[in-house]
Amino acid sequence: MKRRWINFVSRFFTIATGLACLAVTVMVALILGNVVRHGFGHLSWKFLSTAPSAGMTEGGIFPAIFGTAFLVILMTLAVVPLGVCTAIYLQEYAPARSRWVPLVRMAIQNLAGVPAIVFGLFGLGFFIQFLGKGIDRFFFGGDLVFGQPAILWAALTLALLTLPTVVVATEEALRVVPRAHREVAYSLGATRWRMVRHVLLPQAVSGILTGTILAVSRGAGEVAPILFTGAAYYLPYLPKRLNQQFMELGYHVYVMATQSPDVDATMPILYATVFVLLALTFTLNFAAILIRSKIRRRMKR
Amino acid sequence: MNRSWSERIIEGVIRLSAGLAIASLILIFIFIGKEAVPLFTSAEARAEAGMSKLFLGNRESPDGKRVQVWQPVSEVPKYSLWPLIVGTLKATLVALLFAFPLAIAAAIFTSEFAPPGLREVVKPVIELLAGIPSVVLGFFALIVTATYFQDLFHLDYRLNTWNAGFALGLAVIPIVYTVAEDALTAVPQSFRAGSIALGATPWQTARRVVFPAAFPGIFAAGILGFGRAIGETMIVLMASGNAAILSWNPGYSFRSLSATVAAELGEVVNGSPHYHVLFFIGVLLFAFTFLLNLAGQLWVGRLRRKLTGARS
Repeated sequence: MKRRWINFVSRFFTIATGLACLAVTVMVALILGNVVRHGFGHLSWKFLSTAPSAGMTEGGIFPAIFGTAFLVILMTLAVVPLGVCTAIYLQEYAPARSRWVPLVRMAIQNLAGVPAIVFGLFGLGFFIQFLGKGIDRFFFGGDLVFGQPAILWAALTLALLTLPTVVVATEEALRVVPRAHREVAYSLGATRWRMVRHVLLPQAVSGILTGTILAVSRGAGEVAPILFTGAAYYLPYLPKRLNQQFMELGYHVYVMATQSPDVDATMPILYATVFVLLALTFTLNFAAILIRSKIRRRMKR
Repeated sequence: MNRSWSERIIEGVIRLSAGLAIASLILIFIFIGKEAVPLFTSAEARAEAGMSKLFLGNRESPDGKRVQVWQPVSEVPKYSLWPLIVGTLKATLVALLFAFPLAIAAAIFTSEFAPPGLREVVKPVIELLAGIPSVVLGFFALIVTATYFQDLFHLDYRLNTWNAGFALGLAVIPIVYTVAEDALTAVPQSFRAGSIALGATPWQTARRVVFPAAFPGIFAAGILGFGRAIGETMIVLMASGNAAILSWNPGYSFRSLSATVAAELGEVVNGSPHYHVLFFIGVLLFAFTFLLNLAGQLWVGRLRRKLTGARS
């Protein structure tokens, strides 16, 4: 009798946890389904290739796509060298019982937990007010060139935000390179950097790629850090220089959802923009997951 | 000779980048703190928004009673942070009440009960949730679920704390899930085998053996989720209604600390007391999430020690 009761309770809770899993999965599916159902219909080549018009109630989102691409390319240029070098330090260069390693690790982990809006404040206070204004004072005689919101500053702010992603992925990739490979390189007389350059990095390249893709996916979706560092509500031109403002997909979604003059007219465009943003981040995430599982399978062999 | 020079330069660059990670954390603190300092040092800023006004409220002239309102652009600006703090905590509470049970139960299911094939499907799907930008969750809460919840529960306000808390919970679930699942899978298989061999059911094993063993990690998952919910900006900015009402009622709109910064910094006069107060809020958010993260790391470390210690 008691045994049967225990079995009943066990089965009940097992099913309950399964249902929790199902509930989360269903919520993900509902969100995606909703966006696809309302967003897909409005997509067209014209929508993707033209600028918004008539107070964002007509036209497309090309400037936002262009701005997002420009932004994440700049961000990648900053974050990948920095992140990879940090990971190389942690895995290869740091002495065995270095006091710095736990400190750097702690800094990276804490950086990952800093709220996005705090990065926005930092971008404004450091990059624009301090660096930008400083550059203007020294090189441009006080003219306003870099001391204002700009795509460069937004990209650097995002680079800081995505640094942990790149470091963690690169570290994982370096860690799985067998010890013997390192020893062989050293025994052949390679210096530390030659070993890293010719033995470790070629093997870690797909891991670094995973981290980069995840960082780009994260950076493309974050809005809070770019609110004050460079994103523009609307621009009649595309940004060409580093000190210009830009339009961005996520920010465009925020603006259209909260400040539209005519909500009903904006809705199809809004949904289609959300669709494009989600398609972008999901494609990137899927690519990262695929590459990662490929690496892990190779590792097991 | 030549090579050792280039070697040395490269090593310097690599050390420098690693140092930059530490430096950036310190720089964040300095450069956000710097803009909040005038609240302590400048007479003008102190008169308008000193610590006593931020945390105790403004004294209304006739009867001397303190009022707790956030009205930064009225004739006499009032900067009491309480409506914002209460709003933030209220939404976080709703989010965590919704997210914790779901995320932890889902983590237990994937690590303990799910057949491997199902696990390979469920894990990426929940991780997919982490890939949804928070502006999209905010959009979804603002446009879709707000109306739906209002009709369902007959709420007075369309943008209320239930709705924003729900969306916030969606942002928290993947973090709690991932960290908790890692902790549960880190429990050695021998623990489970021993428990099953003694005649326990899989559920009893999960509840009395695996869960207690993984508890520090699950606790850490909770802390990290809490930190994420406190600092999350776009979701609350879009779905909270942004009304700074001092009330714990989850049926009302609210205004969070993070959303206040996001909404007001764009229009504030550079160097005004209001500007400094917004940076002060940034310091609060940074300091609080920093402490939560440290605590979270501490507990993950404790989990590792506990499990490796138990094995030897």
